[in-house]
Amino acid sequence: MAKSLWIAAAALLVLAGSARAQEADVKPAHQQWSFEGVFGTYDRAALQRGFQVYKEVCSACHPLKHLAFRDLTEIGYSEDQVKGFAAQYQVSDGPNDQGQMFERPARPSDPFVGPFPNDEAARSANNGALPPDLSMIVKAREGGPDYVYGILNGFKDAPKDVKLNPNMYYNEIFPGHQIAMPPPLTADGQVNYADGTKSTVPQMAHDVATFLAWASEPNLDARHRMGFKVILFLIVAIGVLYAAKRKVWSNLH
Amino acid sequence: MAATGPGAPNSRIVRWIDYRLPFVKMMQHELHEYPTPRNLSYWWNFGSLAGIMLVIMIVSGVVLAMHYTPNSDMAFDSVERIMRDVNYGWLLRYLHMNGASLFFMIVYIHIFRGLYYGSYKYPRELLWILGVVILLLMMATAFMGYVLPWGQMSYWGATVITNLFGAIPVVGSKIVTLLWGGYTVGNPTLNRFFSLHYLLPFIIVAVVGLHLIALHTHGSNNPLGIDHKGPGDSIPFHPYYTVKDSFGLAVFLLIYAILVFYAPNLLGDPQNYIPANPLQTPPDIVPEWYFLPFYAILRSVPSKLLGVLLMFSSILVLFIVPWLDTSPVRSAKFRPIYKKIFWLLVISVLVLGYVGAHPPEGVYVIEGRIAAFYYFFHMLVLLPLVGKLERPRPLPLSIGAAVLGRSATPAE
Repeated sequence: MAKSLWIAAAALLVLAGSARAQEADVKPAHQQWSFEGVFGTYDRAALQRGFQVYKEVCSACHPLKHLAFRDLTEIGYSEDQVKGFAAQYQVSDGPNDQGQMFERPARPSDPFVGPFPNDEAARSANNGALPPDLSMIVKAREGGPDYVYGILNGFKDAPKDVKLNPNMYYNEIFPGHQIAMPPPLTADGQVNYADGTKSTVPQMAHDVATFLAWASEPNLDARHRMGFKVILFLIVAIGVLYAAKRKVWSNLH
Repeated sequence: MAATGPGAPNSRIVRWIDYRLPFVKMMQHELHEYPTPRNLSYWWNFGSLAGIMLVIMIVSGVVLAMHYTPNSDMAFDSVERIMRDVNYGWLLRYLHMNGASLFFMIVYIHIFRGLYYGSYKYPRELLWILGVVILLLMMATAFMGYVLPWGQMSYWGATVITNLFGAIPVVGSKIVTLLWGGYTVGNPTLNRFFSLHYLLPFIIVAVVGLHLIALHTHGSNNPLGIDHKGPGDSIPFHPYYTVKDSFGLAVFLLIYAILVFYAPNLLGDPQNYIPANPLQTPPDIVPEWYFLPFYAILRSVPSKLLGVLLMFSSILVLFIVPWLDTSPVRSAKFRPIYKKIFWLLVISVLVLGYVGAHPPEGVYVIEGRIAAFYYFFHMLVLLPLVGKLERPRPLPLSIGAAVLGRSATPAE
């Protein structure tokens, strides 16, 4: 009886899971990620390299508004480095005592400053297309980091039977295959990695996907650590309670 | 354990209170002395699990509401703020979000258990009806809760589901306007859904109270489906079922923890991490998994009005199940034909769930129609007919006799 119970529960779970596992027409291939699995944690070096790719390439068009500069201390930058990085951006603040708005350098507590003041400006600079905010891109796409990696490596020459619309590029992973984003990672060595890692296109794509996974889910490390403890506790509790149940019920049979 | 001290049942303080408010006496009666059939299987764990899940949902929900902003311009960002900046906010939200899924899984198993063992039959008809009321309230609560993060699926799910009421003749469009608080899903919709999402769980608590009163009036049904006949048939709830329920709870919490800590977004839709955009329809509008069977029934007929009617009837028909089933025997253990058609019903609901997740085209339409047909055929035709035609197997003399072999002597 207990067995069939768990089979039924498992069947329901599988059904519920499979209900989600469709949609994208070309499934991006699965890559190895440091943050997968029970003991998965973000690879700090990859996060910093990925941040460098975001800063030097992606941030020209894509905002990251749910992150604050101070969050960068979590991926291993010192407070001074973060302060210095934030200060490169100007934000508008105010009103001051005279009732005037003013510009000041960004502080670590400010959210990331996007490339465009508003969506209309972003569209007008990008042939009408709106580059999405990347704060949650890994959670907001079927396939997560594999999708981001797949898109960045998925630019191909369009097959003969496909007629591309003006200002569109062919991408085998993107739904519908016509994407308004020009290939962002085009040549090896495009980013000069501070840690000396060879910046091939797949390497840069992998690093920036890792960085964006962290941006989507910055608490993953803490979650995995706590989960391990909770599950260990529950396994012990299950054992103790099962023994208690056997003991209490033993005088009935 | 210790029989002395201020909290013991016979201490002066407890006696002073009990004389004025017999709370301890009542708890003593309902937990300790409450006679429970000795043969309840693990399928009977799901009632108490559902109760505990309700408490977890209310506690996590109340704390989430302290940080959430029910405004269409700020809701999405406020949820992200909870996930990123509130201490353990990610834990609270993932507990609440996955808790909703598991709550439905528990309740569905609980309902199918009731169907299998005939727990809705005399004298437990009102107990069953109150359960269906709880299910309806849960569905409303879950639907409105899903709207609150104000992602793409929140917005478009709300649009599709509220529009269904527009199919009702004459008053339909009035009802839709009332639900929306305007002429489209927008800020007033979000505000009223938040208010109701906070209110309904407490109404559920009240109905659960009635459900428990009805339960304790005639006691639990049991896998044999026969009544208590003597002291050998029952055991006190405490410690026997408190310890059995605790063990079941720990196993359940393990599954819950695995979901929350290692696959928190497995059951969710990635689209809901994109902020609501009224100008852009997502490629596929799919409800959460626990609504998929009903969604499939809705889409199994080409007419909107008929689909809506069928969808609501699929739940409303549960109210009259106690009278549709004509068999005097409760448990499917002794009903050879009913046992078979019960599993057909389970399969039809699973097929409906599968179909509901896919676009209504090709083979899915046919599968969905067959499964939807069987669901209603089962409820409206097979239940009354099988009860009349089937020859049940002989029932055991008593629970005690069946559990302990031939001798029906009390075990204590």
